[in-house]
Amino acid sequence: MTRNADRILDESFLEIRAKLLEVAATLDRIDRAGEDCEKLSSERIAKRQQIDEAIAICSRHESDRAEQLQRLFSRPYAADWRKTMQV
Amino acid sequence: MDYIDPHIHMVSRITDDYATLARMGCVAMSEPAFWAGFDRGSACGFRDYFRQLTEVEPKRAAQFGIQHFTWLCINAKEAENLSLSRDVIAMIPEFLDKPNVLGIGEIGLNKNTKNEATIFLEHLDLAAKYEQLILIHTPHLEDKYQGTRMILDMLCDDSRIDPSRVLVDHVEEHTIGEVLDRGFWAGMTLYPVTKCTPERSADMIERYAGERLLANSAGDWGPSKPTAIPDLIFELRRRGHAESLIRKVVYDNPIEFFSQSENFRFTPRESGEARLPS
Repeated sequence: MTRNADRILDESFLEIRAKLLEVAATLDRIDRAGEDCEKLSSERIAKRQQIDEAIAICSRHESDRAEQLQRLFSRPYAADWRKTMQV
Repeated sequence: MDYIDPHIHMVSRITDDYATLARMGCVAMSEPAFWAGFDRGSACGFRDYFRQLTEVEPKRAAQFGIQHFTWLCINAKEAENLSLSRDVIAMIPEFLDKPNVLGIGEIGLNKNTKNEATIFLEHLDLAAKYEQLILIHTPHLEDKYQGTRMILDMLCDDSRIDPSRVLVDHVEEHTIGEVLDRGFWAGMTLYPVTKCTPERSADMIERYAGERLLANSAGDWGPSKPTAIPDLIFELRRRGHAESLIRKVVYDNPIEFFSQSENFRFTPRESGEARLPS
């Protein structure tokens, strides 16, 4: 690494703060609309839960959070796809 | 710094983009055949497109001192039409001797369907028969992981395919490891919203040391930034990385990969003589 952890945090702090605020404000907006208009549909509730899971992943102290988020938002891979698709 | 954009769709860009890219240090580019934003109705439409890629774009690029190379195929999205796909695949050999054709691409999957997989395998067969390099498109968003694994399965099941002659594009954090582990080249696409940002791309370069890694803008008709590679160069410099590492990713690696094609006759501007990576 060319920079130490302190420096990376200092350089990224405002950016992370801004991104977290955007996420928080967007979730507030969804909740307000849910109270004022209609609740989330069942399909959307699953998506909303996925966002909660993603936030939980970000809170973990692990070194592969970006990869974990990518997998959370991915369809699963089935090793027997050739047999299923008959390809 | 001189750089090469290994994946950009200049048929969708205006001439001013060529001028801007040249001013920012782009000395060469490769343009894979892709989806035009609408499904083409006949193989004749593809013949015209292939003429554009092999005759028109090299001339447009040359006006700005940029060397233009290309790849031919029918893309995964239109591969749902098996009959059209087979007509196009049968026509591709007519163009393989054009001086700027590097190989077959960007082939791959879009929604990971049976028809897409069938046509992907037929493209692999074509590449193997004509000893062509291969450039792969991996799917978007939630389909990427599954599609990338399927593509790697098909590539590894064909003993004629040499991984060192295949570039698997649009890798992200959850796909890059397996692509590199299996011996393929990996391309990171720098997009404003989907795929990679310059910052995440720089993270992957730090983790994998830039070995067999390329970066591209995949500039096209959608939200994209043709000057994304200079953004990556800037980010790597901002982090204090050596110029040699940056140059490896944005210049030396594309040259090393493309040089496996006889049609890659690249003239660097420093010496005016053909240069191969050390």
